[in-house]
Amino acid sequence: MTTFDTLHEETAADARRQRQGQRSRAASTLRRVPPGLALSWLILATVFLWAVAPSLFTGYDPLEGVGGAQLKRPTAEHLLGTDALGRDLYARIIHGAVHSLTGAFVAVGLGLIVGTGLGVVAGSVRRRFDDAIMRLVDVFLSIPPLLLSLSIIILLGFGTVNAAIAVGVTSVAGFARLARAEVVRVRRSDYVEAAFGSGGTFVSVLWRHILPNSLTSVLAFASLQFGSAVLQISTLGFLGYGAPPPTPEWGLLIAEGRNYISTAWWLTTAPGVVVVLVVLAANRVSQSFGRAAA
Amino acid sequence: MTVIPKQVPPVLEVEGLCLAYDDGTAPRRVVQDVSFRINPGEVVALVGESGSGKTTTAQSIIGLLAANGRVERGSIKLNGTDIARWTDRQLQTVRGARISLVPQDPGNSLNPVKNIGAQIGEIFRIHGALRPDEIDRRVISLLERVGLSEPELRARQYPHELSGGMRQRVLIAIAIALKPQLIIADEPTSALDVTVQKRILDLIDELRAEYGTAVLLVTHDLGVAADRADRIVVLQNGRIQEQGAASAVLAAPRSPYTRELLAAAPSFARPVSRPQSEVRSSPPGVEDDIVVVDGLVREFAGAGSSRFRAVDELSFRVRRGSTHAIVGESGSGKTTTIRSIVGFDKPTAGRIVIDGTDLSCLAGEDLRQFRRRIQLVYQNPYGSLDPRQSILQIVTEPLLNFGRLKRVDREAKAWAILTRVGLPEDVFARRPHALSGGQRQRVAIARALVLDPQVLVLDEAVSALDVSVQARILALLQELQSDLGLTYVFVSHDLAVVRQISDTVSVLRDGRLVDGGTVSEVFEHPRSAYTRELINAIPGQSRRAAA
Repeated sequence: MTTFDTLHEETAADARRQRQGQRSRAASTLRRVPPGLALSWLILATVFLWAVAPSLFTGYDPLEGVGGAQLKRPTAEHLLGTDALGRDLYARIIHGAVHSLTGAFVAVGLGLIVGTGLGVVAGSVRRRFDDAIMRLVDVFLSIPPLLLSLSIIILLGFGTVNAAIAVGVTSVAGFARLARAEVVRVRRSDYVEAAFGSGGTFVSVLWRHILPNSLTSVLAFASLQFGSAVLQISTLGFLGYGAPPPTPEWGLLIAEGRNYISTAWWLTTAPGVVVVLVVLAANRVSQSFGRAAA
Repeated sequence: MTVIPKQVPPVLEVEGLCLAYDDGTAPRRVVQDVSFRINPGEVVALVGESGSGKTTTAQSIIGLLAANGRVERGSIKLNGTDIARWTDRQLQTVRGARISLVPQDPGNSLNPVKNIGAQIGEIFRIHGALRPDEIDRRVISLLERVGLSEPELRARQYPHELSGGMRQRVLIAIAIALKPQLIIADEPTSALDVTVQKRILDLIDELRAEYGTAVLLVTHDLGVAADRADRIVVLQNGRIQEQGAASAVLAAPRSPYTRELLAAAPSFARPVSRPQSEVRSSPPGVEDDIVVVDGLVREFAGAGSSRFRAVDELSFRVRRGSTHAIVGESGSGKTTTIRSIVGFDKPTAGRIVIDGTDLSCLAGEDLRQFRRRIQLVYQNPYGSLDPRQSILQIVTEPLLNFGRLKRVDREAKAWAILTRVGLPEDVFARRPHALSGGQRQRVAIARALVLDPQVLVLDEAVSALDVSVQARILALLQELQSDLGLTYVFVSHDLAVVRQISDTVSVLRDGRLVDGGTVSEVFEHPRSAYTRELINAIPGQSRRAAA
């Protein structure tokens, strides 16, 4: 089955290139999207909407508890029950999306920009500068990511953005390695030499040929990193290094619910499931990017 | 010509074969109604250009069509049994044992993590043909049989430790291991140097004589087919254009396509006397040499403190407006030489003067400005064009690099040069992947010419192309030379092409100049044994001798 799927995707890509009968082709392409991928996009879109317009999904306040409604079981009134302070869990998860998503975006953005920048420079200048950058990257790679981000948070102080920066720094090394490998590959190609041969200066060749041809897999890696950034930020929140309470951050929700796991298991399970779904969806989507690039 | 008596049953009989690939929507026919037979001990050549369906036909015989390919109609009879619709499991009993395959690319066809002995031994293990303790002994004797020195050592080595020719011998050893009745050789030598090519084809011939094996030789080179085949089948667009005894097809081709192929094949072309008399007659000593290479040395750091000399004391001169060919096999230093000439590589010692400019004192901006005068066309048209740019962007880019022209003027100039190299207007907006190999090479030539250079360096610029495409590109190059007064430095391993288009030649071996002079001098009175060997290795000798 897998082979057939790939074949279909390839023909779909061909069809796109030919730009003939675009509308009917687009419709048939849509029909060919594997259900898993469609579901992944749906999950990501939903979470994105949660972050942008949480009030569309729930009327409850995520921070204000309702007196006498503590630790309710899931009912039609409170879809996922309430926590120890009487706050609606469903509302808290929806309002928490914005923290996890901005955190992940900042983390990936930082890794992407700084890491790719370092990698491109290392890959195109080569020699001593390259060695210096890449040994530094090796050092970064050798420190366990969690330890590294905890140390950074201790230096910067607690908070959503600081947690995001801490997570971003851990992904710089990965981006730098990948970007350098891609740049080195593209640099060796004949068309780059030909561009120098036809009078291109270093900057113009870098901009016109090396960057566009080496960034595809870097972008696929970025979307993969998005999922793991969500996970890492939740980890930090869970450990108490992320956003301070009462922020409804997902990792914090899991940590708070943990105290009631024997009486109200849904308090910790529901946000956990959401994190798992988002990470899996991000992985599936990035996989489809990678395949399109290959 | 020996007529084979009718009562001998053919090893292989293909009848009315139609093959198609499923492209998602409708099946695309690639082979249409192909019929031929191979008698025991016979060599049949399947000749055609890329896309003619010759490889697809060969693959279908051994049941190795791509996943979306299938046999639509027709039969493939091996000793009278139709195997066209056999399952993989049934075919496995036949593959290797009765039909075997020598694949096209020796570089990719061996498993890089297994040693040679294990890979040859595998075929005995799969078919359970030998007791395990006998396998090693047989592997060694096979390696010896295909002409590899030190077979015990080779059996322990890994593919990357062997040269291309040696790897092809290993693949042949695997193919003959079980003495099959039919060997399918799919372009067995197109990735190899001419002299290696000759030795490999000689080996296949010898083994055929020894074991009485029939050979289906798939090739795009009519010269090879003429030398080796008893019968020739010419394919075009999946249909048989002509088939018959090799001598008959070559002497009196019936189909216009075969005639076209024959005319395009450089190995059959008679040496043409190029109208270069006015260049020749200019007295020596007059400074009309546009390229002067004097005592060029290029060393690379080898293992430890040793230095490897890629180019050793090389000197030659090229007259303005003429074509100079640099000939040699892989590793002879051709590429290093031209990379120094175009200024991509600094020589260790020696002097290169292009049109009065000494390259050794150029750097930075001066070097960039110098590049307008000398341009390089690469061997591989698939790798030398940026896949993300449109054709027009590719050709306007050099003009953009040297500024001064407005956008409209740049595009007008690129437009003119693209038309000049014979590209239709509807491809200008496309990306390189939508173009054929020949069209891409035209784009590469256009990109080189758009800066109005005086010297064009062509690095094996036609080697990756089909013969007829090659002939058209060569014609274009000659036309451009006479119109624009260009000087060519033409690097090639193909002596037939060199004889056709160049005025002077340098023959390189291990970085040294072994022979040099005008084409007629070198080809008619080669001074070194190596040059003679190269000339003798040109395929198609038998036909030229007959003509």
